[in-house]
Amino acid sequence: MTTPIATQQTILVVGGGIAGMTAALEAAECGKQVILVEKTPSLGGRTAQLYRYFPKMCHPTCGLEINLKRIKGNPNVRVLTMTEVVGVSGSRGDYRVTLKVKPRYVTEACTACGDCARAVSSEIPNPFNYGLDKVKAAYLPHAMAYPLRYVIDASIVGTPEGEAAKAACKVGAIDLEMPEETLELSVGSVIWATGWRPYDAAKIQPYGYDRFKNVITSVEFERLADPHGPTGGKLLRPSDGKEAKNIAFIQCAGSRDENHLRHCSRICCMATLKQTQYVREVYGDEGKSTVYYIDIRAIDRFEDFYQNVQKDPNVRFVKSKVARIAENESNGNLILHGVDTEGYHRYANEHDLVVLAVGMEPEIVGIPLPADLVLDTSHFIEGSRTGGMFGAGAASSPLDVNRAVQSATAASLRAIQVIHRSATTEAA
Amino acid sequence: MAENKFAAYICSGCGLGDTLDIGALEKVAQKEMKMSVVKSHPFLCSDEGVAMIKHDIAHEGVTHLCIAACSRRAKTEAFHFPSAAVSRANLREGVLWVVAEGSEHDEVRQEMAEDYVRMGCAEVKKMKVPAGNVKESSSKKILVVGGGVSGMTAALAAADAGYEVVLVEKTGELGGFAKSLVKRVPFAAPYADPQPTGIEEMVARVRAHAKIKVYVNATLAETSGAPGRFAVKIATESGSLSEELCGAIVQATGFTPYPIEKLPELGGGQPNVVDQAGLEALVRQAAGGTIRRADGKEVKSVVFVQCAGQRDATGQHLPYCSGHCCATSIKQAIYFKDANPEVDTVVMYQDLRVPGMGEDFYRSAQKRGVIFTKGKASQVKGGDVCQVTFKDLILDEENTIEADLVVLATGQVPVAGVNLDEWTATVTAAESGDETAKGKVSELKNISVLKLNYRQGPDMPQFKYGFADSHFICFPYETRRTGIYACGPMRRPMDMFQAQEDATGAALKAIQAVENAALGRAAHPRAWDLSFPSARLEGCTQCKRCTVECPFGAIDEDEKRFPKFNEERCRRCGTCMGACPVRVISFENYSVDTVGSQIKAVNIPDEFEEKPRILILACENDAYPALDMAGIQRLTYSAYVRAIPVRCLGSVNTIWVTDALNSGYDGVMLMGCKKGEDYQCHFVKGSEMAFYRMSKIDDTLKQLGLEPERVQSYEIAITDNARVAKLINDYVAQIQEMGLSPMKGFG
Repeated sequence: MTTPIATQQTILVVGGGIAGMTAALEAAECGKQVILVEKTPSLGGRTAQLYRYFPKMCHPTCGLEINLKRIKGNPNVRVLTMTEVVGVSGSRGDYRVTLKVKPRYVTEACTACGDCARAVSSEIPNPFNYGLDKVKAAYLPHAMAYPLRYVIDASIVGTPEGEAAKAACKVGAIDLEMPEETLELSVGSVIWATGWRPYDAAKIQPYGYDRFKNVITSVEFERLADPHGPTGGKLLRPSDGKEAKNIAFIQCAGSRDENHLRHCSRICCMATLKQTQYVREVYGDEGKSTVYYIDIRAIDRFEDFYQNVQKDPNVRFVKSKVARIAENESNGNLILHGVDTEGYHRYANEHDLVVLAVGMEPEIVGIPLPADLVLDTSHFIEGSRTGGMFGAGAASSPLDVNRAVQSATAASLRAIQVIHRSATTEAA
Repeated sequence: MAENKFAAYICSGCGLGDTLDIGALEKVAQKEMKMSVVKSHPFLCSDEGVAMIKHDIAHEGVTHLCIAACSRRAKTEAFHFPSAAVSRANLREGVLWVVAEGSEHDEVRQEMAEDYVRMGCAEVKKMKVPAGNVKESSSKKILVVGGGVSGMTAALAAADAGYEVVLVEKTGELGGFAKSLVKRVPFAAPYADPQPTGIEEMVARVRAHAKIKVYVNATLAETSGAPGRFAVKIATESGSLSEELCGAIVQATGFTPYPIEKLPELGGGQPNVVDQAGLEALVRQAAGGTIRRADGKEVKSVVFVQCAGQRDATGQHLPYCSGHCCATSIKQAIYFKDANPEVDTVVMYQDLRVPGMGEDFYRSAQKRGVIFTKGKASQVKGGDVCQVTFKDLILDEENTIEADLVVLATGQVPVAGVNLDEWTATVTAAESGDETAKGKVSELKNISVLKLNYRQGPDMPQFKYGFADSHFICFPYETRRTGIYACGPMRRPMDMFQAQEDATGAALKAIQAVENAALGRAAHPRAWDLSFPSARLEGCTQCKRCTVECPFGAIDEDEKRFPKFNEERCRRCGTCMGACPVRVISFENYSVDTVGSQIKAVNIPDEFEEKPRILILACENDAYPALDMAGIQRLTYSAYVRAIPVRCLGSVNTIWVTDALNSGYDGVMLMGCKKGEDYQCHFVKGSEMAFYRMSKIDDTLKQLGLEPERVQSYEIAITDNARVAKLINDYVAQIQEMGLSPMKGFG
């Protein structure tokens, strides 16, 4: 790989989800040079894995298509996938950044014809579907993947499977010797759009995510509802593939809890309200949703969405933090125990699937970061000491997509201010 | 000018050469389509293949080329030849991957591929490379309307990036609503204590900034022009009129608190019942000491009633939540606790809404002893002892508490100018002679903030509840008035932190708008498109459809009543082109001809062959990618369809449909985005207008002796890969059942 040209007038954006793509594009469309690095093999981030958005119930891939078209058409953005930042030194206006590029084992010659996948039989858990199904070890991340290039999973490199994939490629795009590379760049400003990850639900012991197959997370539920997901859009529960028609949604799974995430993750209430409508979309009046909540935070204009869901006779709201979940071993159903705080009734409610509305944890938790960055108590990025690095999107605060894009657009201008200022200083 | 030279490059890679007769495709390009250069390559997107094309452009004089290979969505970087006009014939995703495998399909598959080569060649022959239109004198100055937190933030953000700013504030001083606050909620860790607002420093910085020119006691009198050349007349209270030439506009006109007088049932207007702003005034008066009521009595107990006149389902008050009020009441309760921990402070809420790190601020109030009661107040009586009657939602019973003071957390009402639906209705009535409407027009003009002299009305279109927001989740700044961006609480209820984020983002978009207007580049979503519409005015009948239907108000009428295109406002969707009944509007690389010639290029088998031909006109952003992804997922659909991507279904001119049917196509499928209230069309009404136009086509069909089912419109989402394949197959079956078109052979 050739090292991309970068100078103190270049903006580095870390993370290729919707916030990172936005930050990169907004600066590029102002005429600035941008390098966008993404850890996974394709752009789009977590929004690409959502079936629909609240409150419009439209598809995130519609906006992804527009953003990808913007990227394909803009020479100012250079995209590096499978790339992570491993070191940053320097200060505002003058950073030295070290990047580690993992081998994809597939070169830019790839035409995405799919011959390699057909030649391979080994499978890996499908990262796009949170491991709910499998893909071939030579795979296209998803139908809208950009770059539109296959990936050879490292597990088959050095095996006959890897050789079979290589032999199948008529354009010679598979390079099993591809090394891991280290790149050094000089940039003026860095935008951290590193996003979020679902909080590890197994840590919430009483909910038994690690013990009960039919306790899943809200992000996994998105994949179930998606026609492109592992079940083709059917809401099939993991234990026995049965259609789940009586679904419990547990709010604040990890959030608003000093033992887990001390913050409120903002999106989960609306995400659950949206997901109750997936249940309706699939089953009509046959599907029942029960939402266990502390407060329903349907902020600002989202209120009417909440009011409409409240009118849905198949959605029940229980103000309660569920105390614990037990499994009914005879049928794989789950029994939720707790106290309904509106009137203090104890309950033991049986459901056939439990969806944990897991909180947003910054993706950077546990990763060594430059000392210049300032984090808050939940590890969201507040800014930097010398003022040349910025958080954007869900890396800066638990945000929904709309606010994440606003935040990224703002971060983009802050980065431009930095490089403009250093340009002026140089000129003076 | 150098002569045009047309070339076709046919790829035989990705299995195309194994399944298709590439030689026959070459022959089609050469003999039928008269392309002067025709080459095939086993791996066209390889360095070698691309070098071959580049060589032909540089040394063989090729100016127009058709790439017959994969979809236009694939290999865009490889097939990027900026100096040439390029069309893409989609043989891979559009033919090879969607037509069922097996030799029994060889014939129809080959016919489909040959047609796509014909179409690609025909299209490129009608295309021109957009010349662009660089404007030397374009203004890069940013106008900011509103001098509150949002407006000052936008002004400083743009000025700190090096841009000149003009800031216009209606009142006599900067600072807006926020200057009345004693403190603000915290924006950073540890999220424990109310913080100084910083407004005075901000005002001072704006005042001192060399790049910001401030007008106070000033409003806009008229705004005309377009991005890069907005002529803005600024009227001051003293009667003077200034003029500024600006490149883009940020509107940050804020909100007004919902009037407490409208809430008599909650004690609005009664003694010792105040709103949040009223409480700030009392706290300011206390100057750090004991907080007293208006009558001077010390407040020893206070109840905050949340959602006062908000989240209202009765239709009387605000239906929405204003987002900030829970945190604001927490801050205000802390005012009391910090002044005197003995004061009883109760926050009565239904859902406490403090997202993100606001949770820590909530905890800090709980630690200070603020009581949070989940309840819904039904009645408040003001007086020396105020009484709050409420339904306790935990105990499930009616209850009453007494307090020295009650604070109603009322909502934010946007100040966004005139509602354009009301404007249009009033103006239409006034034009037809309605006297009351005439009076109303001038009343509305007074409410207007921007005073745009656009045909579509004087302000930005409003979204729900009077907020001037974008319609799109992915694109909060996707404005419907190019170069004009809303921010702060006039676009969505929000707190001060969000308003600052929002204003910074809006400033970026304004900067982008001025930079791109100067270079003749389109704004989002067709960012950087250099093509723009031109009209052959000699053919124009002055029907005004283009001016009325342009979703962005880009087209004015000149003094002779001809359409006047404001290129910098144009978003290049082609809605005007679709609207024009005499087809005089076109873009250099997208026109009635570029699409029409593709339709005509398709080979229509005679009726005895029993092979229907169905035209698909598909929105390039959602329906076409869905068709493409059907291919990527190897779903199959009928080889009888021929798909053409269009910029927007709104750009579909009915002539394409009638021409297709006249020339023997058996059916036409239009595929656009969701329409209606939650529309998905990024050009606002494209699919809606296409559906409407097609509903009017029935008469034409009747005259041709054709069934109305021969034209079908569909709403297609980008995820509809499987659905779109099924729709095609179902429609082909329906057509086959109905019988082929009787028009064959007459075209």
